Amino acid sequence: MVDRAWAWSLHESIPSNVDDGHRLIEQLMSALNDLGWDGRDLFHMQMAAEEAMVNAVTHGNKGASDKHVEIEFKVAADSAFMRFRDQGEGFCPSALPDPRDDDHLECTNGRGVMLIKEMMNQVQYNDRGNEVTMLKHRTPPPQDE
Amino acid sequence: MTDRRRLSVNTIGELATVRFLDKKIVDSGNIEEMGAEMFSIVDADHLKHVLLNFEGVEFLSSAALNKLILMDKKIKQAGGILRLCNLRAEIMEVFTITRLNRVFDIRKNESEALKAFGAS
Repeated sequence: MVDRAWAWSLHESIPSNVDDGHRLIEQLMSALNDLGWDGRDLFHMQMAAEEAMVNAVTHGNKGASDKHVEIEFKVAADSAFMRFRDQGEGFCPSALPDPRDDDHLECTNGRGVMLIKEMMNQVQYNDRGNEVTMLKHRTPPPQDE
Repeated sequence: MTDRRRLSVNTIGELATVRFLDKKIVDSGNIEEMGAEMFSIVDADHLKHVLLNFEGVEFLSSAALNKLILMDKKIKQAGGILRLCNLRAEIMEVFTITRLNRVFDIRKNESEALKAFGAS
């Protein structure tokens, strides 16, 4: 998505286990904090990371102990990149029903993909649908008058 | 009254006022516990009306939203009312994006919510 210099990066493969995923996301949050990310931008990053990780572990790999999720984070003071790749069959994000439709409003699934799309600046899925890459630009601080 | 690790619950008549003990409602195991503890307010304690006070909650995932949706259904089935209050701006944005602000009765703070229950 973007080839540039990053202040911090991480590239790991974890078992299909959300606890390992949470551990890596905590490291991401800590790196973003150190780079001055806060408030709404930081919240959006955590939301997208958590939803993508849980989707990869539970829907992609279906929690299978012999499958892994590849996770990559690259962050800088002004933007952040994330990639999650599972070993599942993949899915077609455009085929998911819109959880905001009246008929689906009280359904208890399908919000993760939509929240990722709303909170990131760029979101791409590979053709198979087992890898998502995301880019977030930090909101510029207000200019002093 | 049930022992709870994820929530603190106070009762005023048929109304339960609930606070969350986790700043971030994100860990899958904790969300399951939180759901079970919420549902027990209706199922075990037989309280009809519930106010969920989100003061101090900094983050919640869609898995936590799902528990809130189930709680809302459970309370409606029992003939009660669920209200939410004290949502920080980022969490309110999640409800707006997902349009769940149309499903839940969300009040600014606890005193406003209690007034709506007629319990101020």
